[in-house]
Amino acid sequence: MFQKTLHISTSPHVVRGIGTDDIMRNVVWAMAPTAGYAIWVFGLSALLMLLTATAACVLTEHLLARMSGKESTISDWSAVITGALLALTLPPGFPLWMTFLGGVVAIGLGKFAFGGLGYNVFNPALVGRAFLQAAFPVAITTWHKAFAPERFLSVTASTLTFPFTEPAAVDAFSGATPLAAFKFEHAITPAYDLALGLIPGSTGETCAVLIALGGLYLIARGMMDWRIPVSILAAVGVFSSILHLADAEAYPSPVFMWLSGGLMLGAVFMATDMVASPVTPLGVWVYGTLIGVLVVVIRIWGGLPEGVMYAILLGNAVSPHLDKLVIPRVYGTSRTYKTKAT
Amino acid sequence: MSNPISQGQNNKGFWSALAQSQSTNEFLKGLWKENPVFVQVLGMCPTLAVTNSARNGLAMGLATTFVLLMSNTLVSLLRKVIPRQVRIASYILIIATFVTLVDYAIQAISMELSKALGAFISLIVVNCVILGRAEAFASKNTVGRSIMDALGMGFGFVMALLALGSVRELLGYGSIFGLLVFPPVYQEWVIMILPAGGFFTLALWLFVFNWYKTHKKAL
Repeated sequence: MFQKTLHISTSPHVVRGIGTDDIMRNVVWAMAPTAGYAIWVFGLSALLMLLTATAACVLTEHLLARMSGKESTISDWSAVITGALLALTLPPGFPLWMTFLGGVVAIGLGKFAFGGLGYNVFNPALVGRAFLQAAFPVAITTWHKAFAPERFLSVTASTLTFPFTEPAAVDAFSGATPLAAFKFEHAITPAYDLALGLIPGSTGETCAVLIALGGLYLIARGMMDWRIPVSILAAVGVFSSILHLADAEAYPSPVFMWLSGGLMLGAVFMATDMVASPVTPLGVWVYGTLIGVLVVVIRIWGGLPEGVMYAILLGNAVSPHLDKLVIPRVYGTSRTYKTKAT
Repeated sequence: MSNPISQGQNNKGFWSALAQSQSTNEFLKGLWKENPVFVQVLGMCPTLAVTNSARNGLAMGLATTFVLLMSNTLVSLLRKVIPRQVRIASYILIIATFVTLVDYAIQAISMELSKALGAFISLIVVNCVILGRAEAFASKNTVGRSIMDALGMGFGFVMALLALGSVRELLGYGSIFGLLVFPPVYQEWVIMILPAGGFFTLALWLFVFNWYKTHKKAL
C-alpha cells in the first residue's frame, strides 16, 4: 500500500538483515573445526579448557552488564568467541583456574572497562592472554605433547590444579614448541608437521590448514576483512624471505614462519577483531603490514620465541591513529587536514 | 579570642567539639574526602613505582609525610616573607632540603630499603602532592591549620600506598610485610609485582572508591 507519511532518515537506507549476532555466530562456526581438532589432538584437557574459558567469559559478561545497568549482551555470541579464542591461545595443560581468571580479565578489563562490545580498544581474548602471560610465565610456557595415547581417558595433572595453587612440576609429556626449538636449539620442524598440527603448542594454533579454512569461510560470507590476514601473511612472508635469502642458516624460511606458532590463528581470528582494527582499506593494509613486521622482529630479535600476541595488541593500539592518518581528501580541499581550533 | 565553634558546642563535650572543629576537618579531609591518591589522583609516580610491597609503600608514604609536614610548616611560616614571583623556587628549595634529610636518614636506617626505593626518594622533591599543598594551602593558611592539613594529606597518602602495596604484595608474593599469608603452594601472580600490576591495582582501588561514592546513598 502507498504510505502517505514520509519517513526521513539518514543513510544507510538499504539494510541487510545481518546483525552482530549473525556475524558472531558465523565466526563461532568458522572456529569450530579448529576447536574440534584441538580436542582431538589434546583430548579432555583441551575440552575442559574451552568450556571453562567460555563459561568464564559469558558469566563475566552477564554479571558486568547487569552491574552496569545494561541489558545482558551474552546473546550476541561475542563473549563465546572471546572465551573460545582465549582457550585456543593457551597451552593444553594450563590449569583451569588460571583459564577462568584469564576469561574474567579478558571480559572485565579488555571489554567492559572500555564500555562493552564495540568500544574495546584491544582484542579482549588477547588482553586476557597477555595478563596470564605476565602473571604466570612458567605455566603458560609449559607445553604438552600432541596425541598423547591416554588423552581421552585422563586429563593432564596440571589441568586440575587446585585454585590459587602452583601447578605440579613439569612432567615427562612436556616438549618445546617449534618456535622455541628454533630459537633456543636452532632446530627446524618440517613444514608438513606444522601444517597438520603434529607439534606441541597452544591448543588452537597447531593446525594451520583448518584455521585457513575457517578464515576462507568467513571471507566468502563477507564477514571478515580479507585484507587483514593477507597483509599480515604477506608482510611476514616478504620480511622473512629477505632475511632467509640473506642468511639461510640464521633465519628460518617464510614457510616455517607462516605455519609455526600462533600466526595463522592470530592473523585469521584475532587481528580481524572488527572493533579493534582500522576501518579504512588503506588503514587496514598499514595495520596488517605493521603486525606482520612486528611478528618477525619479535620472533627473531626479541626475548620471547613467539610475538604474535604483542604484535596484534600493538597493532590494535595504533589502529585509531591509522584511520586518522589515512582520512581521504575531501574533493576540492587541500591535502593537509586541519582541525578547527576550538 | 576563643574559637566560636568550640565555644558554642562546649556543653556537648570534648569529642563532638573536636569532631566539628576546623583543624579536625583539615585533618580528616586528607584522609577521605580529598584523599591525595584516590580522589585528587596526585603523586602517581611514587604511587605506582614503589608499591610492589607493603613495606616499600609504607616507607615511601612516611617519608613523603615527613617532607610534607616540614615543608607545609615552613612555607606557612614564611608565607608573608616569600615574594610571589619566586614562590615556586622557594618552595622547591624548602622541599629539597627536607628530601635530602630523608634520603640520608633512610640510608642510615636501612641501606636495603634505600636501594629498594632507589631514585624515588630523591623524586619526592617533585611530588605534586607536596608542591600542591604548599601552593594551594600552606601559603594561604596559618601554621596550625597547615600542620593539620599536612598530617591529613600525609596519612591519606600513607593509607593509599599501603593499600596498593598490600594488595600487590599479597597477590604477587603471597605475603604482607614479608610474612607469608598463603601457604607455599600458592601460585604467585608475577604481574602484580611488575609495573602493570601497579596500574591494575590503582584502577581497582579507584573503582572501589568511586563505586562507594556513587552508591553511598543506596548502601
